[in-house]
Amino acid sequence: MKKWIAGLCLALWAGVAGASAPTHSFTLDNGMKVVVREDHRAPVVTVMVWFKAGSIDEAPFETGLAHVLEHMMFKGTEHLGPGDFSRLVARYGGSDNAFTSYDYTAYYQQYEASRLPLALELEAERLGCLQIDDEEFHRELQVVLEERRMRTDDNPNALAWEKFQAIARPGTGYAHPVIGWRSLLAQLQPEQARSWYQRFYVPGNATLVIAGDVTREQVEPLVERFFADLPAGETPPRPKQTVKAPAGERRLALSMPVKVPSLYMLYNVPSLVTAANPQDFYALTMLAGVLDGGMSARIETDLVRGQKLVAGAGASYSGIQRGDGTFTLTAAPNPGVSLETVEAALREQIVRLQTTLPDESEMARVRAGVLAGQVYEKDSVMGQAMELGTLSTLGLGLDLSETFADELARVTPEDVQRVAREWLVPERLAVALVTPPADQNDGSTQEAAQ
Amino acid sequence: MNTLMRNLLLPVLAVLLSACQSMGAFPTTEAQVAASEPQAPALDIQSWQTAEGARVLFVASDALPMLDVRLVMAAGSSRDNGVAGLSSLTSALLGEGADGLNVDDISRGFEDHGAQFGVGSYRDMGVVELRTLSDAEFRDPVLALFNQVIATPTFPQDALDRIRTQMMQGLRMEQQVPGPQVKKAFMSTVFAGHPYGEPSDGTLESLPAITRDQLADFYHTYYAAGNTVIAMVGDVSREQAEQIAGQISQSLPEGDAAPQQPRAQTLTERKREHITFPSAQTHILLGNQSTWRGNPDHVALYVGNMVLGGGGFASILTDEVRQKRGYVYGIGSGFSPMASGGPFQVSLKTANENADDALSLTLQLIDDFVENGPTETQLEEARTSILGSFALGTADNSDIIGQLGAIGFYDLPLDYLQWFNQQVRNVTADDIRAAFQRNLSADNLAIVSIGPEAPKVVAVDDESEQPAQQGDAVDGEE
Repeated sequence: MKKWIAGLCLALWAGVAGASAPTHSFTLDNGMKVVVREDHRAPVVTVMVWFKAGSIDEAPFETGLAHVLEHMMFKGTEHLGPGDFSRLVARYGGSDNAFTSYDYTAYYQQYEASRLPLALELEAERLGCLQIDDEEFHRELQVVLEERRMRTDDNPNALAWEKFQAIARPGTGYAHPVIGWRSLLAQLQPEQARSWYQRFYVPGNATLVIAGDVTREQVEPLVERFFADLPAGETPPRPKQTVKAPAGERRLALSMPVKVPSLYMLYNVPSLVTAANPQDFYALTMLAGVLDGGMSARIETDLVRGQKLVAGAGASYSGIQRGDGTFTLTAAPNPGVSLETVEAALREQIVRLQTTLPDESEMARVRAGVLAGQVYEKDSVMGQAMELGTLSTLGLGLDLSETFADELARVTPEDVQRVAREWLVPERLAVALVTPPADQNDGSTQEAAQ
Repeated sequence: MNTLMRNLLLPVLAVLLSACQSMGAFPTTEAQVAASEPQAPALDIQSWQTAEGARVLFVASDALPMLDVRLVMAAGSSRDNGVAGLSSLTSALLGEGADGLNVDDISRGFEDHGAQFGVGSYRDMGVVELRTLSDAEFRDPVLALFNQVIATPTFPQDALDRIRTQMMQGLRMEQQVPGPQVKKAFMSTVFAGHPYGEPSDGTLESLPAITRDQLADFYHTYYAAGNTVIAMVGDVSREQAEQIAGQISQSLPEGDAAPQQPRAQTLTERKREHITFPSAQTHILLGNQSTWRGNPDHVALYVGNMVLGGGGFASILTDEVRQKRGYVYGIGSGFSPMASGGPFQVSLKTANENADDALSLTLQLIDDFVENGPTETQLEEARTSILGSFALGTADNSDIIGQLGAIGFYDLPLDYLQWFNQQVRNVTADDIRAAFQRNLSADNLAIVSIGPEAPKVVAVDDESEQPAQQGDAVDGEE
C-alpha cells in the first residue's frame, strides 16, 4: 500500500517535470554560466547572479568580508550613486536583495516580466563597474555592525551557535561566522573589499539565473549585450575544505543569558560534493526524514509527544555544500528536564538507527513528503531560481531535483543503517550545552549544568 | 606596427575594453522599460456562499497538480475575551485529536499522502490551511481526514498540557531577546483597553488557567461555518470546488458571523514606555492607532507610506537614517489595517550610543512628511513602483490564496485589486498630505523602546551627514 502510494507520486512527478519546466543552460566566452528556467504561469521574472565566493573563502583575518562586499554592491558604481541601484529597482516595481552564505554570495531582482532588460543591465553594471569609495565603505561598515548586533550580539542563542560552530567544523572556513567575528569585522578596510571584488567578482566565477515568463530566444541576445564584453578575469585556486579525518568528540559548556537551556549536536558527515559514495548523501537524507520528516516522524512522536522531554527539537542534514556536510540535532527541553537527559535520548535515537532497520512505512512517508514537496516547490519562481543557482555554483547537475526522487527510491533500510553506523559516531560529534548562569536559574529551567 | 601607431591605438583600445566608461544616459534600457505598461492580470475569482453561510472564494489553476485550501475565521485573539492565549491554544490543538483519531493517526494520514496541514492565529483571524496534491488519489483521502479534523476536534487534555508547556517555553525564550518584548509593549501601549492590546500568544500567567472546556466553547462559537471564509486555489473544477467547500462547511459547527468589535481609540498625547534590557542595540517603535479596514484614506496612506518608510531603499527613512548616517541596519514604517483598528508603526534598531540621534531624526522626518506630504517626483516614483509590482503579488498559488483570504475575510469586492490600482493612479500629493494629517500626528505617537536606557528626543543636526563614530565596536567578546 505504502509503496503503491510512492509509485503513484513518481508517475505524477515525472509528468509535472516534463510538462512545465524547460531549463536551458549555456556559457559565455568569458566563462559566465547562464541558466534559464521557463515558467509561464504569471508575467514575472526573477534574475539572480551567483558568485562562488562566500565566507569559507575568507582568510582568518578577514572574516565578514564576503558579506561586507555584498553590502557594497548596493553602493556606488561607475554610473550609479549609493542607493541608486535599489531605487531604480523599486521605481519599476521590483524588489531586490542579496545574501551571503558560507559557500556563495547571491543577488536577486524580482519584477514584472517586461523589466528584464533593466535587471540585466543593472547586474552587469555592478559586476563590471563597482566603485568602492572609502567614506561609503566606513559608513556601510557601521550598518553591518548594526546588523551583527541585531542578529547575533543581542541574541544569546545566536551567540552560542556561533561559538559552537567554531568547534564543530575545525580547520575549515565554516568555523567562523558569515557576518564575521566582531573585532575583525570592525577593522575591515576598503582595500580588502576591493581585493575581494577583483578576486571573485569575475564572469568565470559567476552564474546568471533567469527564471519566469521568458524564453531562451528572448533572453540570449540581452545576456550577450550586457555580459559578453566583460573581461573574463581570473579567480585564485581554492582548496576543497573537508573534516574527513575525524576531529574527535568535542564538548562545549556555555553559560549564557538564556531563560530556556538548549542543546546542539553536530556530526561531520560528507556532502554530495565531498562524498566518495554519492549514495551516502541520499541515505543521510532519508535518515534525517525518518527522524524529523514531519509531525509523524520519530522526534515528534517519541521525544516531543511520547517521552515529553522537549518543547521543541529538530534533526537536519545539510548535504548540499562545497565542503563537508553536517548532520545537526537541536533541542530545547521542557521545564525540569536536564540537557543531559535530552542528550541521552537523542543519542539513543542514533543508536536505534544503527541497530534496528527503519520501517518501510516510515521510508515511504519520507518519500511521499519529498515527492509532493517537489511539486509544491514549483509554485515559487524564486525557489526555482534558488535551486538552479545553488546547483550551478556547486558544480552539481541542474537536473538533481528530477533524479532526486529516483535516487531516494533506491535507498534501502540497510543503507540508512549503514550510514548511521559509518558517520554518526562519537569521534565525528560536537556537542554544546547552553545554560543560564547558575544565579539566574528559576523553575522554568533545568538545574544548572554540573 | 610602428610606435606612433601603437601609441595612437592604445588609448582607443582602452576605451573599447572598459565597459564602465560608456557615454550617455544610464541605464540605457530605462526608457524602454519606462515605456512598457506592466502587465497586471486580473484574478478570475469565483465566489459563492454555502448553505451553512460560509463565503467561498475560488481561483482555478491547472498549472501545477496541487490544491491549496485556507479557512479564515473571525477567531483571532481579539475574541479572547480576557483569557489571553485562548484563541492561539484552540487553533494549536486542531489536528491533535478528532473523533476516533489520535494525533499520530492524523499526522500520519496527512504525511503518508504528502499533504501539509497547518494552523495559525492572529489578532483578527484564526487560519486553518491544507496543501495537497490535487490528483483524486491523494486529494480525496486527505480532504476526508481534513473534514474529520475540523468537524470533531477532541482537545485532549494531554495535548493541551504539552502544547501549553511549549507555548510557555516559547514565551520564556522571547524574554532572552529584545525584539518580541518591545513589540508586545508597543501593542499594549497603543491599544490599552482594546482587545488588540492583549498578547495573542497569552502570558505565563494566563496560559496555565485555560481549560479544555474553554477551548471547546471557543471552537463552537468562532469556528462556525457562518463565521468562516473558505479560500481555494488549484487544479480542481468549479464543480469539485463546490463539493469540497460544501463538505468543509458541513463539517464546521453551525453558527453565525461573530459581531463586529468597537473601533480602537487613537492616543491623543505622546506616551513613552521603556523596558530596561542589557542589549547592544536600542529598539524603538513609534506609532499610534491610525487606520482600519474600510478607512476611505487607505490608498492615500498606503501610497504615502511607500514614500515615507514602506518602500525599502527608495523611502525617506531608509535613505536618511541608514544610507546617509549608518545608524541602523533596518528601519521601516507601515499601516496595518485590521477589522476594528490598525496601527501606524515605525520600527528601528540602533546602537545604544546613536539611539537619541536616530529617534530624534526619525521623529522629525515623520513630522516633516505629515506636514508637507510627498513631492510630485516622490509620488510618481511610488505610483510607478506600486503599479509595476502588481504582477508579483498574484504570481503563485501561495500569493493568490493569501489575497483570497483577505478579500473574503474583510468583505472586499472581488475586483478589489483592480480597484486599488485605479485609486493608486488617481491619488494626488494633496490627497496624501490631507490623509496623513487626518490620520496621524507626530506629536501624539507612542514611543516604546527597549535597551539599557530610554532614548531622549534631542535637537537634530541637519549637517550630520558624517559616518557614525568609528572604532566604537572593537571590544568584541570572542
